[in-house]
Amino acid sequence: MSTGNMNLTLQVWRQKNSKSTGKLVDYKLSDISPDMSFLEMFDVLNEQLITKGEEPVVFDHDCREGICGMCSMFINGQPHGPKDLVTTCQLHMRSFKDGDTIVVEPWRAKAFPVIKDLAVDRSAFDRVIAAGGFVSVNTGNAQDANNLPIPKSKADAAFEAAACIGCGACVATCKNASAMLFVSAKISQLALLPQGQPERYRRVQSMVAQMDEEGFGNCTNTGACEAECPKGISLENIARMNRDYLSAKFISEEEV
Amino acid sequence: MSKLNSNIPAGELTQKWTKYKSSVPLVNPANKRSLEVIVVGSGLAGASAAATLAEMGYKVKCFCFQDSPRRAHSIAAQGGINAAKNYQNDGDSTYRLFYDTIKGGDYRAREANVHRLAEVSANIIDQCVAQGVPLAREYGGLLDNRSFGGTQVQRTFYAAGQTGQQLLLGAYSALERQVGMGKVQMYTRHEMLDVVVIDGKARGIIARNLITGELERHFGHAVVLGTGGYGNVFYLSTNAMGSNVTAAWKVHKKGAFFANPCYTQIHPTCIPVSGDHQSKLTLMSESLRNDGRIWVPKKKDDTRKASDIPEDERDYYLERRYPAFGNLVPRDVASRAAKERCDAGYGVGSSKLAVYLDFKANTERYGRIEASKAGNHNPDKETCMRLGTAVIKEKYGNLFDMYAQITGENPYETPMRIYPAVHYTMGGVWVDYDLMTTIPGLYCTGEANFSDHGANRLGASALMQGLADGYFVLPYTIGSYLSKEIATKPIPTDHPAFVEAENEVKATIDKFLSINGTKSVDHFHKRLGHIMWEKCGMARNREGLTQAIQEIQDLRKEFWADVKVPGSADEFNPELEKAHRVADFIELGELMCKDALNREESCGGHFREEHQTEEGEAKRDDENFAYVAAWEYKGVSQFELHKEELNYENIKVAQRNYK
Ligand SMILES: Cc1cc2nc3c(=O)[nH]c(=O)nc-3n(C[C@H](O)[C@H](O)[C@H](O)COP(=O)(O)OP(=O)(O)OC[C@H]3O[C@@H](n4cnc5c(N)ncnc54)[C@H](O)[C@@H]3O)c2cc1C
Ligand code: SF4
Ligand code: FES
Repeated sequence: MSTGNMNLTLQVWRQKNSKSTGKLVDYKLSDISPDMSFLEMFDVLNEQLITKGEEPVVFDHDCREGICGMCSMFINGQPHGPKDLVTTCQLHMRSFKDGDTIVVEPWRAKAFPVIKDLAVDRSAFDRVIAAGGFVSVNTGNAQDANNLPIPKSKADAAFEAAACIGCGACVATCKNASAMLFVSAKISQLALLPQGQPERYRRVQSMVAQMDEEGFGNCTNTGACEAECPKGISLENIARMNRDYLSAKFISEEEV
Repeated sequence: MSKLNSNIPAGELTQKWTKYKSSVPLVNPANKRSLEVIVVGSGLAGASAAATLAEMGYKVKCFCFQDSPRRAHSIAAQGGINAAKNYQNDGDSTYRLFYDTIKGGDYRAREANVHRLAEVSANIIDQCVAQGVPLAREYGGLLDNRSFGGTQVQRTFYAAGQTGQQLLLGAYSALERQVGMGKVQMYTRHEMLDVVVIDGKARGIIARNLITGELERHFGHAVVLGTGGYGNVFYLSTNAMGSNVTAAWKVHKKGAFFANPCYTQIHPTCIPVSGDHQSKLTLMSESLRNDGRIWVPKKKDDTRKASDIPEDERDYYLERRYPAFGNLVPRDVASRAAKERCDAGYGVGSSKLAVYLDFKANTERYGRIEASKAGNHNPDKETCMRLGTAVIKEKYGNLFDMYAQITGENPYETPMRIYPAVHYTMGGVWVDYDLMTTIPGLYCTGEANFSDHGANRLGASALMQGLADGYFVLPYTIGSYLSKEIATKPIPTDHPAFVEAENEVKATIDKFLSINGTKSVDHFHKRLGHIMWEKCGMARNREGLTQAIQEIQDLRKEFWADVKVPGSADEFNPELEKAHRVADFIELGELMCKDALNREESCGGHFREEHQTEEGEAKRDDENFAYVAAWEYKGVSQFELHKEELNYENIKVAQRNYK
């Protein structure tokens, strides 16, 4: 059960800190079980490195259930690896073959500097949310929840956009390192709901401005983000955001 | 014993909170601006408190160890959140939610706290919807509900199998709004490693910047912990990898009592362990028990495939033993029943440590309803299954996908294999009615405190409690303390107490790095987990617990002599972070066993084999154990017990009966 029979070569990005330059380092692993998750395979590697007196590989992870958005490996040229709609932590070794060489790198984008090895700094996403990704309602001011019926189709669509886990795979895979999919998902969630209307145009303007300030690139509609997003966030969100952004320009100052 | 005053306001149960709120001293806006509050934790409990306190005008600093507050463990909650809205018109009320929670907790929670929780539950839903949290709705546009265990009404609000995610993103957006306005200063990738106590009051924390390794001193007029539960003491649990007890344990060692540590919740429906490589266990939400039926073969060691076992050779043991609640009995009852069947030799799967959770009957039923909606009143079986699968997919799609990902099996076709796993900790830092610990000025909220759930938490009540504490309770109760602190000037962090606390933390770090032993931190964590699961898990007895205490003490000595922590103190070093956490888990594990040994009764999640009825149900001893066990730290392996008597004035204490 526990030990398997897969032998693998890993090429892992090692970088001491944000200032140093990094490089790919080869590691051999044997007896890997196909039932292990990708991160459990890294646990095995790290256990071996520690025992040998070497420094383990630093990588981000927490829930290991595909929901916190913390894990972030670029595996064989794809964020979160080869499977569709799966995060790195939910990727299992049965998706690989005995004898494979697997290249593992960090997210790469100007707005996501490497901190160490495979861990990057994604705080730019928090700052984009802080710029407007909310409904301005203080605690204690809410009316009864059912006083505001919302068509199921709208609520479901908002939920689909809200399912974004903020992992940054969309940025990592985009040749321009654009954050449009992430930003548009939050904008869409709130634009689809009545609660989001009062600040709708103001929100899109301030979030887009912050996104630009963080150094994310432009969107050139390659669609790579949608293809790699582990939560299936749709490009339609980007179209909606662009429409709102344009509309915002035509709406008078006071209204925005 | 004078230290243990629960400070429950006088008066009639239903009026206590209302009266409290209208009589709590207020702090005027100008004074609020000069009062600083430290909130450690950005989960539901921490983020909601930090946002609300900032909205009220306090200066807030908020800390989390993840790279973003949005990634706190609350994000992983699946099934739902309770609220006494009675939207389904099925007879729900504040009283009923209060009653269900006290009963579900096996009569080991405080009446006044639980009633307050039930009272504010409805406001939580209102607040979240106002924030734009997309909770599930019916076609009429109103909010939908589902059932959870231990209740006979539908009061659980949800967002597919991602309720925690949606609620946390709501709280996170409220928090980030305050960050954007400069009213909350957010410290991500920071870990609190000690509390600073000056003249008996909590006045700040020592935190480590996890990227640079720098130790920082932060002052606060009050400190709030919303640092989550300690289920990872078992190594394998459904908690996130980083969930830990360190913040709670550090304050315990500085004087905060730790209450009911042995009350742990083992969740009945998790994906079974598949091998030694396993790093965590994955929950399959309790909501699945709405539509799934649990069974094992009637024949021992039956190796046939589930689909080859005919209906009359299946034992739906929960429906058999508990006809009134069936598959929806509370978690502790369902977990023990699964263990009982597996121990008796009826388990399934290669490990034999699993039971089936089967959706077939309900898939067919939903399919029939869908067909009938479409005008087909006599659908064939295949049509029913096809249409029904679509309904199941909409309700639980993400859970089914997760199951398929992890096991490589298709749960739409074969029943899920499930087994109980450690999930939640009811015990935690002792707090009074104000959520203040035994250290004045130090508060504790959410899963990290002990209040509200007694010896067993009902499903969908943790999210409710975390948000109740953070949005609606703490922001009021903390005023009662802070109103007396308006004259306190910020204490400079070169005060000797800050220096001393920082030096202690530094000494511990230096010690870890200098041991240079032969075994990794994980090695010790796994061994601790094994001891805890075997001897302080689903069933406990005197002999096992006594042994466990000795084994843990030995493990502690070995850890401090032979652990290997690579790297240095002044860099990003996750192994060093784990070393702190595991060192604290080891000490906590010992206290859990001592608490379990002391509690000579079975109640809720605490099952002592010596104390059971003839039918194998938990047997409480209200005469001698209707108290909260609050432990005071007195030095390594030394804890003094203080008792807070529990008085039931409004509920008649009875043997729990789900038959
Ligand atoms: C898989 C799963 C599913 C669940 N589903 C449900 C459900 O459907 N319904 C329900 O009601 N409950 C559910 N629960 C329980 C519920 O999710 C938790 O009890 C609840 O979310 C805990 O919230 P919290 O805010 O108290 O703590 P957490 O969300 O755990 O947050 C802890 C915070 O503290 C921070 N922190 C901890 N220690 C430190 C430190 N030393 N320094 C700095 N920061 C620190 C962390 O960074 C984090 O921000 C589920 C639990 C699990 C594991
Ligand atoms: S849009 Fe998708 S890829 Fe981008 S952050 Fe959200 S979940 Fe990740
Ligand atoms: S670790 Fe949480 S999404 Fe992968």
